[in-house]
Amino acid sequence: MSTDGELEVVGRPLPRVDAVARVTGTARYADDLQLPRMLHARILRSPHPHARILSVDTAAARRIPGVKAVLTGMDLPIRYGIMPVSQDERALEFEKVRFVGDPVAAVAAVDEETAAAALDAIRVSYEPLQPVMSIEEALRDPVDEPIHDPALTRQRGNVHRLVSYEFGDVEAGFAAADHVREDLFFYQGNTHLPMEQHSALATYEDGRLTLWSSTQVVHYVHRALAKVLELPMHRIRVIGAAHGGGFGGKTDPFSHEIVVAKLAMVTGRPVRCTLTREEVFYAHRGRHPVLIWMRTGVTREGRITAMHVRTALDGGAYGSYGPATVFYTGTLQTVTYAIPAYKFEGVRLFTNKAPCGPKRGHGTPQGRFAIELHLEKIARELGLDPVELRRRNYVRPFTRAVNWLRVTSCGLEECTEKVLQASGYRGRPRRPGHGMGFAASAYMSGAGTPIYWNDMPHSEVQLKLDRTGVTAYCGAMDIGQGSDTVLATVVAEELGLRPADVRLVTADTDATPVDLGSYSSRVTFMAGNAALEAARRMRRLLVEAVAEATGVQGDLDEIEVREGRVGEVSFEQACQLATTRFGALSTSGSYRPPRIAGPFKGSGVGPSPAYSYTACVVDLDADARTGLIRVNKVWIAHDVGRAINPLAVKGQVEGSVYMALGEALMEEQVYRKGRHKWPSMLEYKSPTVLEMPEIETFLVETVDPEGPYGAKEAGQGPLLPVIPAINAAVFDALGIWIDETPITPEKVLRALDARARGQEARYGPRRFPDVDYGAPIRVDPPDPHDLRVGEELERAFAAAGR
Amino acid sequence: MLRLPRLRYLKPASAAAAAAAVAEVGPRAVLVAGGTDLLPKLKRRQIEADTLIGLAHLSELRGVRGDARSGFELGALVTLTEAAEHPALVEGHPGYAEAAGLVSSPALRNAGTVGGNLCVDTRCNYYDMTYEWRRSIGFCMKKDGDVCLVAPGSPRCWAVSSTDTAPVAIALGATVVLVGPDGERELPAAELYRDDGIQYLAKPAHEVITALRLPPADGLASAYVKLRRRGSIDFPIAGAGVALRLVDGRLERVRIVMSGVGSHPVEAPAAGELLAGQEPTPEAIAAAAELAARPAKPLDNADLHHAWRKRMVRVVVEQALQRAVERARARRP
Repeated sequence: MSTDGELEVVGRPLPRVDAVARVTGTARYADDLQLPRMLHARILRSPHPHARILSVDTAAARRIPGVKAVLTGMDLPIRYGIMPVSQDERALEFEKVRFVGDPVAAVAAVDEETAAAALDAIRVSYEPLQPVMSIEEALRDPVDEPIHDPALTRQRGNVHRLVSYEFGDVEAGFAAADHVREDLFFYQGNTHLPMEQHSALATYEDGRLTLWSSTQVVHYVHRALAKVLELPMHRIRVIGAAHGGGFGGKTDPFSHEIVVAKLAMVTGRPVRCTLTREEVFYAHRGRHPVLIWMRTGVTREGRITAMHVRTALDGGAYGSYGPATVFYTGTLQTVTYAIPAYKFEGVRLFTNKAPCGPKRGHGTPQGRFAIELHLEKIARELGLDPVELRRRNYVRPFTRAVNWLRVTSCGLEECTEKVLQASGYRGRPRRPGHGMGFAASAYMSGAGTPIYWNDMPHSEVQLKLDRTGVTAYCGAMDIGQGSDTVLATVVAEELGLRPADVRLVTADTDATPVDLGSYSSRVTFMAGNAALEAARRMRRLLVEAVAEATGVQGDLDEIEVREGRVGEVSFEQACQLATTRFGALSTSGSYRPPRIAGPFKGSGVGPSPAYSYTACVVDLDADARTGLIRVNKVWIAHDVGRAINPLAVKGQVEGSVYMALGEALMEEQVYRKGRHKWPSMLEYKSPTVLEMPEIETFLVETVDPEGPYGAKEAGQGPLLPVIPAINAAVFDALGIWIDETPITPEKVLRALDARARGQEARYGPRRFPDVDYGAPIRVDPPDPHDLRVGEELERAFAAAGR
Repeated sequence: MLRLPRLRYLKPASAAAAAAAVAEVGPRAVLVAGGTDLLPKLKRRQIEADTLIGLAHLSELRGVRGDARSGFELGALVTLTEAAEHPALVEGHPGYAEAAGLVSSPALRNAGTVGGNLCVDTRCNYYDMTYEWRRSIGFCMKKDGDVCLVAPGSPRCWAVSSTDTAPVAIALGATVVLVGPDGERELPAAELYRDDGIQYLAKPAHEVITALRLPPADGLASAYVKLRRRGSIDFPIAGAGVALRLVDGRLERVRIVMSGVGSHPVEAPAAGELLAGQEPTPEAIAAAAELAARPAKPLDNADLHHAWRKRMVRVVVEQALQRAVERARARRP
């Protein structure tokens, strides 16, 4: 960076630092790793959706030549789970199984064939229990027994979590409305479908465990291994291998990671396990199926006076991130639209399906789908333009929402204007079957609170500089989103280098300081800020050394650090001078979000140091005879704050559009006869390149005051508006509402048939179940212009007795 | 990953030797050409074999012979890509070439063969799953079990014929050349199939398809319309192969054969007869398509909703008829 603040590498569309290894196939993924004497592990899984385990007989398996170890649940009895409040999983279950695919036993053998043969030889005796396969069923009294012990869940029946909040006076808000509308929506579950299956390799040498894994969160895997294996953290090293895609699906600690670690400890040999594609469908942690009821009051002008949202989540067999997901189905509505009074009730239920968890957008795509279509319907009912109605309710930058979420930079208006202009949405030509739809959204740039309660930084970066150059160390895991490139770019910008000049060591718990990992769109913002701090400290030391050695007097800030030079000397010379002066240097930087959360229990889910904003327009053709839909083009504008690498940001936006198209039009993780209907990449339909429309991406740079160089997230937010925009465009094309995902041609024809019969031109859920959400926690809204955070906010809470 | 079983791979010297090898090894032997259907099924233990009788090296099974005037003979090892792109074939029997070009994805068409696609296994989403999944649900009669999971009261298997190339081949009146231990025979393509999800081929296991013979073009216009979820990769969930002649503005010899609607390629002779002698008006085509689609009974064992698939059969038949008529009109001097 030049002394006048002009950016040299930030903002330039440079190739990613790992691009060549990725595209030439030389990047080493976990399944590529081979060690001498390595064993292969396979996991035996439940064939029943819900059953008690009566006995597990492994004697025959142990006798098979080449089998080196067999584990059952008794070897790994300690429960774990990503959320401290939901420690409900075991690496191998020995009491009961809760879905088809639940792990029961594991084998390490000289090859995969032998391991598979050994699994076949394990005899498990089950007592089947009545499975629970839907939200409705989960709300009824259990036929046999709840899926989880109510003593652990502290809830009745198959309820996992309940949330109930009222912010402001909702009743008064509805009373002030000129018009009130209710709608029902259903968002189907779907899965991440990463190209790379989960894979992990463990060694246990000299009392130290090392695990290479395809994970998004080396730190959380580290914690889970320490807990379940009862090893101190300093005897465990977790390394993130080159990553073949996560999208949230590798954000939990997994059974196979714990199993290979234990097998390595038992056998004293390296052990690797790569899940089959079918097992990846069972690992899941994907999109929750969610039923949503939404009631909103508006004035004649379309201003929202109150909103009441109820959600019911089909959580699958385990907790995973579910306690957060249930919040996310409602919490972020208030950072897109100014809602003066807001009531939100949510319930997450256990069912006998693969556990749901975080998938790109984590709990928010469902609520986003509902609110965008709901507002679209309200606008049409009031005779208002649906975009205009939204604009009248857009949050303003630098305000605080009714549920205390703090909004800083906000480019919703600019995003909206960009896509309206470019798409010609307003003056679109009318032809049969053609439609356009608009939607807007917001997403977090990292969760404001950590998963386990602590006051430590969320991200830490260390820089080492010696005579050979500079190396950055950070626990963040590049899962393909480009976080390594962001780190290198930030360091390069501050030290006057090119990103490729910065060596990186990332996601290695021995070598790198903690970063909480690649989830909640947090890495650019948090690790970026930590890297920025470390790099500025290093720059200062370099400049000091150079100034001293070259006899420069005066303001050190006047010394240019750019284009491979520090003042009058080259960067290499500067490194030598700095080493001469100080010895090998290291600096560190860290980032912890300010305290933003409001003064109430549960306020920790939703706050983020900054929100990204997106708007999009979808153009499609829908065939009234077949119900088939062809998406022609997507215009999407994303407020990324600042694009540290616009090429990488556009890649994230386009990938989000692709994933959204799959969710909107075809993907569904569905069950038949108690098991996953099609755990196969051929049968589970996801779009191919041929289904991809042209995408025109606009990056809006609002330069957030707290983001590194003003940057905000890009990995998840752009998915959100695409899905409801597709449904809105289908309405535009055919005059029917498909109030659920995915929009299959069958649903389109059924809605058209309904209209032909004089019924409502709609396909979607008909009823929201009766749920006792309990009395809401009532929260007084903040002053919308009170932007205090951190200690200032805490002092204010203390003064107010909160 | 899913592993193949341990396999012995034989390279017989000729098609006849391959046939003899299958007969000799017995039910644990299976013929393999491109392997695109077979290998995943071996991994999922849908087909259990210990011996693969390789055909890929048999050069006499390669190549496209003949022309539009005399008819074509396609060696069984001609790849689907070659068939789809063969200029004379595209010109002479565009419906067949387009069917070959709509099979799966480019990579699989480069490996998959003309003979292999005719023999492609019937499909069912209770059957096309791993061994573990099938064991979990309790196996079906097509492999390892004794009930039909999609129609539990049914005495038969309802797996779906999923070959894209057979419908047009049958509609054109093509024949297949089979070589067995006792010599060679020629069989109308229609007679290669049986209406049974398990024993879907009417040939014995030890007979090797060596060629597909397509008739002289002789005024025949053909088309194939395939319905599937995505623009690539997917098997047909409904397909229609059509061949017809347009003589003095009236239709003659109309044959309509559907894929993805039953356990064999289903011909609709009454619909063909309905059109014979008629002008190809939209109304006539719609009426024939309606008639052709009537017997189709899709079940919940393939992609998308079976009620929707049922509704779409007439659509694909109609589209195929229209396209064939357009081609017939374009061909007339």
